[in-house]
Amino acid sequence: MSILVSTETRLLVQGLGKTGRFHADRSIAYGTEVVGAVHPSRAGEVEVFEGETDASGWPDRPGKYRVEVPIFRSVGEAAAATNANASVVFVPPPSAADAIMEAAAVGVPLIVAITEGVPVADMVLAKRYLADKPVRLVGPNCPGVITPRECRIGIMPGYIHQPGRIGVVSRSGTLTYEAVYQLTRLGLGQTTAVGIGGDPVNGTNFVDVLRLFNDDPATEGVVMIGEIGGTAEEEAAAFVAKEMRKPVAAFIAGTSAPPGKRMGHAGAIISGGKGTAAAKIAALQEAGITIAPTPTDMGTAMVEALA
Amino acid sequence: MKIHEYQAKQLMAAHGIPVPLGKVAVSVEAAVAAVRPLVEQSGNPVVVVKSQIHAGGRGKGTFKEHPDLRGVNVVTAGLQGGVEATEAAVADLAERMLGSTLVTIQTGPSGKRVNRLYVEQGVNIDRELYLAVLLDRALARNIVMASTEGGMDIEKVAEETPDKILRAEVDPAVGLATFQANGLGWGLGLEGPAHTEFVLFVKTLTAMATQLDTDLIEINPLVVTKEATVIALDGKMGFDDNALYRHPDIANMRDETEEDPAELEAKETGLSYIKLNGTIGCMVNGAGLAMSTMDIIKHFGGEPANFLDVGGGANAEQVAAAIRIITADPNVKGIFVNIFGGIMRCDTIAAGIISGVKEVGLPVPMVVRLEGTNVELGKQMLDESGLNLVTATDMKEGAQKIVELTR
Repeated sequence: MSILVSTETRLLVQGLGKTGRFHADRSIAYGTEVVGAVHPSRAGEVEVFEGETDASGWPDRPGKYRVEVPIFRSVGEAAAATNANASVVFVPPPSAADAIMEAAAVGVPLIVAITEGVPVADMVLAKRYLADKPVRLVGPNCPGVITPRECRIGIMPGYIHQPGRIGVVSRSGTLTYEAVYQLTRLGLGQTTAVGIGGDPVNGTNFVDVLRLFNDDPATEGVVMIGEIGGTAEEEAAAFVAKEMRKPVAAFIAGTSAPPGKRMGHAGAIISGGKGTAAAKIAALQEAGITIAPTPTDMGTAMVEALA
Repeated sequence: MKIHEYQAKQLMAAHGIPVPLGKVAVSVEAAVAAVRPLVEQSGNPVVVVKSQIHAGGRGKGTFKEHPDLRGVNVVTAGLQGGVEATEAAVADLAERMLGSTLVTIQTGPSGKRVNRLYVEQGVNIDRELYLAVLLDRALARNIVMASTEGGMDIEKVAEETPDKILRAEVDPAVGLATFQANGLGWGLGLEGPAHTEFVLFVKTLTAMATQLDTDLIEINPLVVTKEATVIALDGKMGFDDNALYRHPDIANMRDETEEDPAELEAKETGLSYIKLNGTIGCMVNGAGLAMSTMDIIKHFGGEPANFLDVGGGANAEQVAAAIRIITADPNVKGIFVNIFGGIMRCDTIAAGIISGVKEVGLPVPMVVRLEGTNVELGKQMLDESGLNLVTATDMKEGAQKIVELTR
């Protein structure tokens, strides 16, 4: 089992520019079923993806793939013509929020937004627009969602993943890769890894993902990776203390970050004494979460929490 | 992006929000020349001379060169001596303030050079309030914060007397509704004409925040005058960098003299760089990894000299630019390169590091930790490059090695 994505996932790609095309190709090579693309200026064309399959995704599949993906003018037309149940957004920042709302309007149940640099006000509106719709947004500014050997949505390197027992949820891309790789090397593997993104206003949050992992029978423990800024980690701590039935290990980035400075991610800022790593770590510890003292200890902290 | 108080007030005025009359001055002559028209137009003989820097606490801050001089000065000489006396006092103040270094609670001990003054009309203050519009991340929308405790450090107020802070959520589709503005006004103890003025003020300010993509507008103090008008005596504004593309006029307000030159150079080359005070330079891909690289250096007893995210890959140009920027900092005694290759192949990254280092030279030791596809090939290339590089197998080992090498 897994959460959010599986072999049942049929993916639309919104935005078939250089990055969108590259990662659509990597996802197909990994075994993901891409059923359509949305790119208005190329509507009616067919994009051909071919190459060698990614052995880390589907080792039992033949070595080569060739997939023809139809391109549509809108998500509405794409959804009507395909049986898509997920969408990945690579649309540039000025139109990204619109692309998210477009997918939500036709009820695509899972929308994963990779785009970095979406204006906050756009996301505030998009989030309100999504509030009464039966859809889930992951991101923006995130690496995506992957269930090893089943489905890859996003930009993460497939080969570091391995099917297994641990759920991963993170605000940071490269730190997710670190955690995943450590879990793979320790033989624990992952059920699903979810990047929720580094922006101040995003869709799915820690608590949402923890709840899904809590209810997923295959997930035995969760590695959670937070960072300075906001209160999402504190909210996660409260949830873990109250409802989580599985061990959680966590790492918080930004212990050494100075206040008032934005550390790369738009959301990674300590403001008004709020959102410090120390406060987050204290809240997580109080909830019984095992803290990894350095990013190289995330896997072993999970082992410790499982013991 | 931050702007100066005088710029924030220009924007507010353009949106119909009441602000005192004022003029920005970069020279003593300009400051003096601002006085007479101000006094004549406002009918108030009092003027205020305010340092314009991107940091708060100016009123309580003092100058390095003039320890008895504050960052904001009220000139009352005109009450007795007329405009000429005011001009003379402003000339004396401007002479000492311009070009001097203002140290406030927010500038750090090194302070900030004052290049601009704002000469403003005096205001007959009855009450000082606090008003702000800012993003509430948990609610995913703006909120309005107001308090009767104007002129105070609002974080202290929030901590010590949280009941003195009023809040209202701004629905993105509705804006701040009139009933909410009414409630805030009554909560601040306003009645009659001042209440009516406040309601219009806060509704206009909230709409402006959305229109201009601010991440913070803070008015501290917001003043109720003895004439029962409501006016912004101070104004702090910050903008969402991701939305600046749709506000070219605001983007043009950027004052590069307020920013670190190395941070500016990094931005131009597509790197995300923040200067810190330590001795170990960091070059990392990804913001979270970059942040935690600083953390792990500190964990092993070192001090990071910077945050630097080279983004998705590390090509020769980026590496060269990063090394130039990092080593331009005289405190740097060593560099830790921490790359999780991911999609990028490690041999490609190694080639980027080698040619980047060859281009700009390497005056200090460098430890490189590479992970990802073709990692063995990448390490071999680095080892055989003849460059003064030390390789590490993981982040922990890399951090320990660089801390040792810079001891």
